Amino acid sequence: MINPRRVAEALDVSTDVLVVGGGPAGAWAAVAAAEAGSRVILVDKGYLGTSGATAPSNTGTWFVPPGEGRRAAIEQRQPRTGGLADPRWVERTLDTAWDKLHCLAAWGYPFPRDDEGQPYLANLRGPDYMHFMRRLVLGAGVMVLDHHPALELLGNGETVAGAGGIDRQRSRPWQVRAAAVVLATGGCAFGEHILGSATLTGDGYLMAAEAGALLSGMEFSAQYAFTPRPSALNKGLPFRWASFTRQDGTPISTEGRDRHAAVAAALLDGPVFAQYDQASPEVRQWLRQGQPNCFQPFDRIGVDPFTERWPVMLRCEGTVRGVGGIRLLDDDCATGVPGLYAAGDAASRERLTGAISGGGGPNSSWAIASGNWAGRAAAVFAARHGARSAERPVTPLGQAGLRPARKARPGLDAHAIVRAVREEMLPLDRNFFRREATLRQSLERLDGCWADLRGHEPADGAAALQAREAAALTATSRWAYRSALARAESRGMHRRPDRPGADAGFACSLHASGLDEVRLARADGRATEAVS
Amino acid sequence: MIEIVSARRCIACDVCVKVCPANVFDAIPAAAPAIARQADCQTCFLCEIYCPSDALYVAPDAEGVSGVSEAAIEAAGLFGSYARALGWRRGRPDGAQNDPTFRLRVAAQ
Repeated sequence: MINPRRVAEALDVSTDVLVVGGGPAGAWAAVAAAEAGSRVILVDKGYLGTSGATAPSNTGTWFVPPGEGRRAAIEQRQPRTGGLADPRWVERTLDTAWDKLHCLAAWGYPFPRDDEGQPYLANLRGPDYMHFMRRLVLGAGVMVLDHHPALELLGNGETVAGAGGIDRQRSRPWQVRAAAVVLATGGCAFGEHILGSATLTGDGYLMAAEAGALLSGMEFSAQYAFTPRPSALNKGLPFRWASFTRQDGTPISTEGRDRHAAVAAALLDGPVFAQYDQASPEVRQWLRQGQPNCFQPFDRIGVDPFTERWPVMLRCEGTVRGVGGIRLLDDDCATGVPGLYAAGDAASRERLTGAISGGGGPNSSWAIASGNWAGRAAAVFAARHGARSAERPVTPLGQAGLRPARKARPGLDAHAIVRAVREEMLPLDRNFFRREATLRQSLERLDGCWADLRGHEPADGAAALQAREAAALTATSRWAYRSALARAESRGMHRRPDRPGADAGFACSLHASGLDEVRLARADGRATEAVS
Repeated sequence: MIEIVSARRCIACDVCVKVCPANVFDAIPAAAPAIARQADCQTCFLCEIYCPSDALYVAPDAEGVSGVSEAAIEAAGLFGSYARALGWRRGRPDGAQNDPTFRLRVAAQ
């Protein structure tokens, strides 16, 4: 392999497996592929160690020992998933996460010890975890290219054959030819100010769709998090001990209700305030010590969040703590496009968590499990097909923002497109509560953004990255709202006040595909009503 | 978002340029890095804990610039405060072994 530092011009290297994305799923995929004997390159838009939704914060893991207790835990959660989770997939996720978390402990990750002196493996501290994963990845012999956003996949007519992008700190293009690619690019935050959003623009969805993959469960993209206004701290745990009030001090009752929906409805009327006044002195101390990032917004402006009330908002978490993503075909996290695999939040998590958020423990365990499955499977694919793949010429597969569809105009305003996505995807009365009329309105504008992207001249360098991020955000939004329109019922986080209640006929995943024309299909093969 | 790179504290190691997931900083030869793309900051505070000399300050407002002064942050003892709360020292991880969050997860149930 070539040392990239010695290459002055465009970087062009070959490997067996390319992993795109350096959050936990990508890191685990890279380690698994290297352990299986592959040469591996990992590229990240930012930095392996800080990129993604996991690095900034503490995260639980879904960590349940094998046996009766695990079967009971799965059965207990199943009805809440809107019937869309698959107990077999939940079981195998828990199984792999259980094994790999024990590996982490054996390899020296500093888990705290409980009162019996046993390491407590059901929690990871984000900054420390991802710092540790970086060392693990490098130790496995993986070449890590930070600040190398992927802009597009490469194909050879038969299989996916690598990816291309830009080295944004040296302003030069790169191309990695690979016999197999794992997309671990995370979810899409629709441009919201949440932790991890800098890298979470849905790039992997766009690249996968351009290669012919399907998206699944994109209507489950309406997860929102309580956040102290105007910070980016979308962390739920302290809110377990919060009470909510309106401007005039009247309490917002959340007793026995969907707390997010109750606060969302109040926020549509006016400002809402929160206070962590339900926490005992003991809990307060543990919160401060265990969730220190959650207290920065208060400590830095001199507010005591336990005894004073402060403005709270709901920030959209899109498919990050939502569910939708690239449809997985089989147990190997294959996408159906030969040589292309998906892991973590880039993949649909419906089989794990159905219509409700897997935020926190389930998604964290999913990243570990799916990363391992995808990494290993990509290594096997590369071993089988690598020699043949290396002989075939490659073509780049990127379209919107890179290659115009028709006679192109100059002057694409990527910022205006991102602004439009934010205006359509973040408001509570558009995405949290969805209605046919607003969905159609938003789609009309988003389709216009897409036409703009398709009709403009390509940019290069940093502008190309901005154009591709705008394209990924727009494509993801269009899949999300077309799916939301097609699912004419309410289920889990998909709230349709104009279609209240679940409809038994919709106990089925929806697949979205296509870019210029978005198509919807039911996973069970039954016909969908026309939705465009 | 990121608001202060203290030239007085900075040792020009450029670690922040490397670790910022949003590529907010630009390296300047033999000087403190510049905040080149402030609006791209995701307000995650991670640059602060990787900084070996506690030279960075991220204001908690994710949507706008608050305009705090270096003197005020120095006087309030806020440089390096998040790293100290985690137990990270000189840009190196430490303290996860003392994390009491498992007690919260039990208490939350």
